[in-house]
Amino acid sequence: MPRKVVITGLGATTPIGGDVPTMWANSLKGVSGARAIEADWVEKYELPVTFAAQITTPASEVLSRVEAKRMDPSTQFAVVAAREAWRDSGIEDVDKDRLAVAFATGIGGVWTLLDAWDTLREKGPRRVLPMTVPMLMPNGPAAAVSLDLGARAGAHTPVSACASGTEALHQGLELIRSGKADVVMCGGAEAAIHPMPIAAFAAMQALSRRNSEPELASRPYDTGRDGFVMGEGAGALVIEAEEHALARGARIYAELAGTSVTADAYHITAPDPQGLGATRALKAALFDARAQAEDVVHVNAHATSTPVGDKPEYTALRAALGHHLDQVAVSATKSQTGHLLGASGAVEAIMTVLALHERTMPVTINLDNQDPEIPLDVVTAPRDLPAGDLVALSNSFGFGGHNAVIVLRSI
Amino acid sequence: MASNEEILAGLAEIVNEETGLAPESVEMDKSFTDDLDIDSISMMTIVVNAEEKFGVRIPDEEVKNLKTVGDAVNFISGAQA
Repeated sequence: MPRKVVITGLGATTPIGGDVPTMWANSLKGVSGARAIEADWVEKYELPVTFAAQITTPASEVLSRVEAKRMDPSTQFAVVAAREAWRDSGIEDVDKDRLAVAFATGIGGVWTLLDAWDTLREKGPRRVLPMTVPMLMPNGPAAAVSLDLGARAGAHTPVSACASGTEALHQGLELIRSGKADVVMCGGAEAAIHPMPIAAFAAMQALSRRNSEPELASRPYDTGRDGFVMGEGAGALVIEAEEHALARGARIYAELAGTSVTADAYHITAPDPQGLGATRALKAALFDARAQAEDVVHVNAHATSTPVGDKPEYTALRAALGHHLDQVAVSATKSQTGHLLGASGAVEAIMTVLALHERTMPVTINLDNQDPEIPLDVVTAPRDLPAGDLVALSNSFGFGGHNAVIVLRSI
Repeated sequence: MASNEEILAGLAEIVNEETGLAPESVEMDKSFTDDLDIDSISMMTIVVNAEEKFGVRIPDEEVKNLKTVGDAVNFISGAQA
């Protein structure tokens, strides 16, 4: 049997709360994090999308001015979330040579990159900041978290677009199972609410244009869904070999029982309409967790609220779970948080962990008319989970045909 | 033309902005690396900000000679003359 891995610390900064307790309380209430962007560049560039789900607590309220200055916003969010998760884990003494980091991003330091390009064009090369490269590199968040914790068993950055955050947990699990680490700080961070990515995502018709009603725009499974809502933030999870956690008397939230990553090899952005890659990921993750389809009670779906994306996930769930899918309660929390891209998997993993730990599921908002082609049991009002041994899944899919699934088991 | 005192005060402000060090800790005889713990990347940021503030040019090959705060103040003062 592989080493058992458990989750012992959680941290987040999101559009529905600047820490995990606030985010969780809001996710049960059904709060939308989407609102109009208050920046002059929205009008200046006549962006077709004028809203997003921005974090509620600026990183500058948590980090010192000097710390923040040397970090891209994506790295700032990562450090904020990782520090909360570390405190939450209660770890006081750990062999830093056995502590690793797997911290993902989908896009990387896009603010830094584009600011530096503006500076170069307006003021010349002499004014390009010497910190530009370490700030824009996609491994910046993982590196900064490693530096902050003193983690020396490797700092990894899985990059698989919107599957990145979930893939970080996959990588963390592998690091512990293979014996390379005892504790891993896993997570994802994203800070891409910048005019260029908004223009680019809008150009591919991926974003909702419900500019007059931002809070109603993210509506997974609803017939009126018209695209995703850009989100930002970070999620962080401390995962730990079970024997390590038990030895220090840690509070254990849930078991990270299994993971899987597959690729569609179908199209660079369009999901395989039959969801074959996602089905393989679901089946392989359940197998990895030694779990049966019948054990699954809850799914935190990828469900971004795009017209083309939501249905293939349903097809895959049906193929992987069969008739049992009718007994599974599904939450689409992007309805509240927006789509945090490379951070979404980490934030949704936290929601799923807490659903098992607190025995209650986060709600899906804005589901007024459920798409008849997606007949899932969607959690739209607070609903409790029963006692006993439960299994829950969290899915993430990314441009490039990336599919990542984690299986969590209650403790 | 700024006096040496004015250059020191301006430099202290730039160092504080970049590193968070208290401006009063930036004194003429302090070494950037040994006393103020300023790494080479921060040093380059400070140099570029000083160029803009004092309207001077500090060539890259000159930066390694600016070991103390006093070296930087004197170089800027000379370059302004």
